[in-house]
Amino acid sequence: MAEATAEYKVIGTRPIRPDGADKVTGRAVYGGDMRLTGMLHGKVLRSPHAHARIKSINTAKAEAVPGVKAVITVKDFPVAEDRMANLGEMAVNVKLLSNNVIAADKVLYKGHAVAAVAATSPHIAEEALGLIEVEYEVLPPVLHVLDAMKDEAPLLHESMTTTELGQKTDKHSNIANHLRFVLGDPAQGFRDADVVIEREFDTATVHQGYIEPHNATALWNEDGHLYIWTSTQGAFVVQRQAAEILGLPVSQVSVTPCEIGGGFGGKISVYLEPMAAVLSRKAGRPVKIIMSRIEEFEATGPTPASHIKVKMGAKKDGSIVAAEASLMYEAGAFPGSPVGAGCMCIFSPYAIPNMQVDGYDVVVNKPKTAAYRAPGATNAAFASETVVDELAEKLGMDPLELRRLNGAKEGDRRVDGPTFPRIGYLETVHAALEHEHYATPLTGPNRGRGVASGFWFNVGFQSSVVINVNADGTVSLVEGSTDIGGTRASIAMQAAETLGVPYEDVRPTVVGTDGIGFTDVTGGSRTTFATGYAAHEAALDVLRQMKERLARRWDGEMEKEFEGQAERATVRITPDDVTYADGAFKCAKDAGKSMAFKEVAAQMARMGGPITGRATSQPRGIGGAYATHIVDVEVDPDTGKVTILRYTAVQDVGRAVHPSYVEGQIQGGVVQGIGWALNEEFVYSDSGNMVNSSFLDYRMPTTLDLPMIDTVLVEVPNPGHPYGVRGVGEVPIVPPVAALANAIYNATGKRMTHAPMSPGYVLSKLLE
Amino acid sequence: MPKIHVQTRINGEDIDFLCESRQSLLEVLRDDLGLTGTKEGCSNGNCGACSVLLDGVLVDSCLVLAVETAGREVSTIEGLATPAQLHPLQQKFLEHAALQCGICTPGFIMAAKALLTNNPKPTEHQVRYWLAGNLCRCTGYDKIVRAVLDAAAVMEKA
Repeated sequence: MAEATAEYKVIGTRPIRPDGADKVTGRAVYGGDMRLTGMLHGKVLRSPHAHARIKSINTAKAEAVPGVKAVITVKDFPVAEDRMANLGEMAVNVKLLSNNVIAADKVLYKGHAVAAVAATSPHIAEEALGLIEVEYEVLPPVLHVLDAMKDEAPLLHESMTTTELGQKTDKHSNIANHLRFVLGDPAQGFRDADVVIEREFDTATVHQGYIEPHNATALWNEDGHLYIWTSTQGAFVVQRQAAEILGLPVSQVSVTPCEIGGGFGGKISVYLEPMAAVLSRKAGRPVKIIMSRIEEFEATGPTPASHIKVKMGAKKDGSIVAAEASLMYEAGAFPGSPVGAGCMCIFSPYAIPNMQVDGYDVVVNKPKTAAYRAPGATNAAFASETVVDELAEKLGMDPLELRRLNGAKEGDRRVDGPTFPRIGYLETVHAALEHEHYATPLTGPNRGRGVASGFWFNVGFQSSVVINVNADGTVSLVEGSTDIGGTRASIAMQAAETLGVPYEDVRPTVVGTDGIGFTDVTGGSRTTFATGYAAHEAALDVLRQMKERLARRWDGEMEKEFEGQAERATVRITPDDVTYADGAFKCAKDAGKSMAFKEVAAQMARMGGPITGRATSQPRGIGGAYATHIVDVEVDPDTGKVTILRYTAVQDVGRAVHPSYVEGQIQGGVVQGIGWALNEEFVYSDSGNMVNSSFLDYRMPTTLDLPMIDTVLVEVPNPGHPYGVRGVGEVPIVPPVAALANAIYNATGKRMTHAPMSPGYVLSKLLE
Repeated sequence: MPKIHVQTRINGEDIDFLCESRQSLLEVLRDDLGLTGTKEGCSNGNCGACSVLLDGVLVDSCLVLAVETAGREVSTIEGLATPAQLHPLQQKFLEHAALQCGICTPGFIMAAKALLTNNPKPTEHQVRYWLAGNLCRCTGYDKIVRAVLDAAAVMEKA
């Protein structure tokens, strides 16, 4: 559909975002800013143990504190059904989701919620928490994926059995799921290989690190209707999850998405919403809960620690002929790590004829993991892209040349089955090879350069958009996609392009579950792609209706020239006879008939009434995303500290709708990847207590740790989108960990097999 | 808990409020005075989202007790724009797309304002050094640093 040569009026420009003034003045209303009449403040009591059985809970003393209006435990929740429901980016077991919101008989990680209080002030609520008496029988915790997989490991869920290659088994284990993808004949492939590299890698648990803590405000009205205001990536997903956990029909739950202060996948699961709702029902007043930063680290969903084995084989000419991987991911306390996505991505930059990838989803006594930007793919790419670098070294090839030689292209097959449509991986490798950064020699002691690539498949899912035409010719666009980084702009721009009106004439508004049709989460790099697609379709619907009305108006008698004389004649005009270009409708059968978009809008009331365009989308033509990164580092030989000298990120972005925000997505993803590579990790004590649960000790990159992040936007339009859009948000986090590992190797001669490559780890490798 | 009467100035206006001695300036600004433009990210002084100026000095309002503001001058994000126009920092943050989710933005802008008051022509390194107390997880800081440098250039000309 998209043409590389197409010229656009709006797409590709860099206008100011519609919500900009609200956000730089402090006026935008985020979830934590909610305030309702009579509102109470809630606080959550959390388990001090990583693994324990709850023997009893006594809330009497807390209830007696003046100002306390409600105290709840799991007894105040309906018993959740043990069944799967589609509640977000993937199917979720309702019982396990509910048990994560509030512990049933066992606590499975430190920070697991066991009770909650609503009071007239947050301080009173906190005091009351200290008076709730919980008796625990402490159980041994399992804190590492490899320990958890052992036969003799303590079991988190006594009733859980392993699903083995799609079949339910009766084997009780912490391994929830073992999956496998095979392509070709890997054993034969390795026999054909001249060079084989096999390595094992570990990555630590890391957090999305959004700056705004989770929050929820709930009002359970006396008529039974539940209202929720929250910072979420998806209002409809909160609605469904809350309805399932609370045993309500979806129609009885209204969710209003407030502005959201970052998510990166971490604001999809509900934590506080059902809690605030049950407190509100009991207290008869609205209740707001905001997490502390410690709760964020201990009780939301980080992304998994993992252990990954990779083996790859190539022939002397550089062709990679076989690849095998085994990915063991910590799911946290409940099944559902992103190991499947890791399996899908690990070898996807390459066309390899023989591959096998095994994935293990393993429960441990840590918080239930959640999505984090290309979930599962960064861990996987750290392993595979480090091995590719080593292969290049053994083959005596430039690492980008090796990638150019083996890179996947249209028609090649992914290990999990799909055949690639038009993709732009090789274009990213080519652009990196040609880049001035790569051509510039790196000089000086202890310095090194690394490269790595990454893949993320992106998703489509469902979106709804309504466009209301105003009498002055401007339009109001109504959407359900949380704007987490400028998507009001990128969606309005697509509508403006299709409508042929200026960007400023489209006013986008994000509304809640009562205001628009179902819309999936802002996640999977889908919003500019799929909601943008719906906006394009809704704009076409507006134009279609305008053409119908003009056809009706223009149909019938008209002046015609006949042998030099003006004459009245009857001419049938159908909507197909009405064309639209450059903001004006014209009649194909009468050049004298023309009407501007704004004129039609002004005359709507006399031409059949209001015009509302609507569309829903569930696009199938999803364009996967590729990135290739180049980084230069300097390693301090005395401390092991890695300093980034220069970073260039090349990415196939399909079509950059708003290039500034595309660059921003890339720069943000790169820097999260840098944090993951060099500093960030959950440090646990032997008893399962996270010992660095603050931003001081969980060290995310600051301005001072970084140079500017250079971006190269390669545009290989996605044929599955009217404007060629591909998701751009996630893939930039995939290559950085591997790129840095390869740069550190280049600087020091030491291969990195553990993330984070913090100064202590790097120094230990230097001292080996 | 008994409440204390505090007389202060916020964004140029005399303000009286009652608070408990344990309440932080951040809590009073947000929950009692309705000035929710100052954001809460960590409440232990590590993220800078709650940055305000106290007698012109950059502070984390989560680490200041509300009672400490008696007789002093507090500046928050709400006081920056005039009815006619945004402050150059606000304008440049928009032009450079220096915000994605926007939760850290008020803090960054207040911190940058303090920087430009002290040092109207900072280098990139000086901007990075000064803003290292403010965390942003969306942007990778590139566009924030550019916006501050550009705002400094514009303010210098004015």
